[in-house]
Amino acid sequence: MSDLNQQMAVRYKNNFLKEIEEQAEMGNWVKMCMQCGVCSGSCPTNFHPGWEHPPQEIFMMIRAGKRDEVLNSQSMWMCTSCYNCYVRCPRKLPITHIMHGIAEYAYRLGRAPKMQPTLHLSKAFWNNCTKNGRVNEVKLTQSLYFKDGLMAGIKMGLAMKDVALGLVKAKRLNIMEALGGGHKCKDVNGIHKMLAKARELEAKRKGRQPA
Amino acid sequence: MTSVVATNQTILVVGGGISGMTAALEAAETGKQVVLVEKNPYLGGRTAQLYRYFPKMCHPTCGLEINLRRLKANPRIQVLTLAEVTGISGSKGDYTVNVKIAPRFVNENCTACGECAKAVTAEIDDAFNYNLGKIKAAYLPHAMAYPQRYVLDPSIIGTADAEKARAACKYNAIDLNQKEEQVSLKAGAIVWATGWQPYDAEKITPYRYGEFPNVITNVEFERLADPHGPTGGKILRPSDGKEAKNIAFIQCAGSRDENHLRHCSRFCCMGSLKQTHYVQEKYGDEGKSTIYYIDIRAIDRFEDFYAKVKANPNVSFVKSKVARISQDKDGNPVCWGVNTEGYKRYSNTHDLVVLAVGMEPAVKGVDIPAEVMSDSSGFIMADPKNAGIFGAGCATNALDVNRAVQSATAAALRAIQVVNKVARAEA
Ligand SMILES: Cc1cc2nc3c(=O)[nH]c(=O)nc-3n(C[C@H](O)[C@H](O)[C@H](O)COP(=O)(O)OP(=O)(O)OC[C@H]3O[C@@H](n4cnc5c(N)ncnc54)[C@H](O)[C@@H]3O)c2cc1C
Ligand code: SF4
Ligand code: SF4
Ligand code: SF4
Ligand code: SF4
Repeated sequence: MSDLNQQMAVRYKNNFLKEIEEQAEMGNWVKMCMQCGVCSGSCPTNFHPGWEHPPQEIFMMIRAGKRDEVLNSQSMWMCTSCYNCYVRCPRKLPITHIMHGIAEYAYRLGRAPKMQPTLHLSKAFWNNCTKNGRVNEVKLTQSLYFKDGLMAGIKMGLAMKDVALGLVKAKRLNIMEALGGGHKCKDVNGIHKMLAKARELEAKRKGRQPA
Repeated sequence: MTSVVATNQTILVVGGGISGMTAALEAAETGKQVVLVEKNPYLGGRTAQLYRYFPKMCHPTCGLEINLRRLKANPRIQVLTLAEVTGISGSKGDYTVNVKIAPRFVNENCTACGECAKAVTAEIDDAFNYNLGKIKAAYLPHAMAYPQRYVLDPSIIGTADAEKARAACKYNAIDLNQKEEQVSLKAGAIVWATGWQPYDAEKITPYRYGEFPNVITNVEFERLADPHGPTGGKILRPSDGKEAKNIAFIQCAGSRDENHLRHCSRFCCMGSLKQTHYVQEKYGDEGKSTIYYIDIRAIDRFEDFYAKVKANPNVSFVKSKVARISQDKDGNPVCWGVNTEGYKRYSNTHDLVVLAVGMEPAVKGVDIPAEVMSDSSGFIMADPKNAGIFGAGCATNALDVNRAVQSATAAALRAIQVVNKVARAEA
């Protein structure tokens, strides 16, 4: 567990709701939930394996101060961003975004579950995309396919072969990206400066040490 | 030609529901001159369309009857039915009001014998029963309607049916030459009591109202339970006429919802609790009611009513707002959701689903031909700048009958003060 986790646990001791409100993106909406149940009942992943707590329950757990259970939960990572809950919530909570905000916060604290496939994808995507300011699809796909080892990666690659060829034909995928750096944006430095500034502003807003 | 006697000491009441009738009576019984304008061919408004009403479970016609008797006994009230206000000009103490009166095609000679209805063949939607059935195009709006006078639907005027009706009438009561009229009248103060309308359930798309025949609204359920209703008081479901013994009530259908009505409609928890009585009354222990709710709002003196329903083993409560409704192969509606008590998923099959739809002000989207302030839900609020027009009843807020009547009395008192001032100034 990270220093940030310790730091936040001390700063907000006994007030997890406040922690989420101030530290997680969109967390300030949590208190608006009236526990009607529409989001839970609308969620397509509801009660599939790994989906321990519907959004409604996560929001109640936050209020109840169940810090460890929430931060370690798989639930936020299982959200498919279908937006069913978002459009139906009678209180207009941006539920999908809150779920992502809590997930991201758990990750920052080093509390997100290990071997979480969505987390793996998000991380791979972020690193890939921020490196050159554009996504290198071939490398991103590779990093996903081979996350469980060489053999699993080859098997997965073969299974998806036809899809990949289709994408190449439609010019949606450039095999050449596998070699060299792939395409970049014009001002990679500029992008990196922007991201650094954004991190600085976020740290200031949330009263954290700049990362 | 309709003649109306009115001066700037007259109080105009718009809307003849329980609130408008109350305001008119309270004002007239203190000696004021009142004109009551109602757009339907009868008085009573939506209260007349209830089967029974809480908390005493009496028939609403009984309460209306008392008011009607007071009304008939009072020469100071002039009632205009089939009438709508089309324009208001002037200011407090001196308004000029334009009223449009639609033809009824039946005059005061009518004895409500019903011969004209027998003669006519054309049928129209039965508006009193929320279009759940059809009625003849010559009709009495409902059994207890006041005035007890038939109406000819304009759609048959100029057809052979109209002639048949006139020929059937032994009392010379049918006048096919009646035309729409415009009258202009004076008023010192105005009470706006145009009431409410049920929220359009089709807008709550996950509930599939309008698509699944066995998903109905609470106002329709009142008519199903009423012996004067389209099923003669049997609770039969629309798809196949089967007895509906396992009934789901979905609370806050459209209310307390930023996507629909922002406000709590206040009466609908009590409305559904009351309707479980209908199920119990018709089917005894075979009738099962399930109420899906966020929280039950049965406040102050209604708490007892709630406690009694809760003690009924044939009524169950599920703390959850239903997320969506589907339909199985037999046409049974299935409610899907998660129970907040334990966060357990359910998908429950019922014979019939009743949506406890909320109240929307009838004035919403309608231009009140004067400047009146309204809140974010469209209900009328007191406007200090416009001190001669007062809201009453459900035009001002979602209210039950008791509270609507209180609000109407308050509005009448305010209107009386205005015309008293006018009288003093002129004395
Ligand atoms: C399913 C259901 C069950 C209910 N059960 C109960 C119960 O058991 N007990 C209880 O206390 N309450 C109950 N209520 C609430 C009750 O119906 C209302 O409190 C009551 O109808 C309010 O009366 P009102 O006169 O303010 O409005 P309304 O009854 O709506 O009357 C308004 C009148 O104004 C007329 N009007 C509208 N616009 C115009 C216009 N522009 N010009 C002229 N006239 C116009 C209308 O035609 C109508 O006659 C229930 C409501 C529902 C939906
Ligand atoms: S739908 Fe909205 S108000 Fe209802 S439980 Fe979910 S988050 Fe809370
Ligand atoms: S957006 Fe996420 S949380 Fe919301 S219903 Fe879809 S999967 Fe469930
Ligand atoms: S209009 Fe004539 S026939 Fe029809 S109910 Fe009245 S009196 Fe009878
Ligand atoms: S009275 Fe009950 S059903 Fe009606 S809106 Fe309020 S809480 Fe919902």
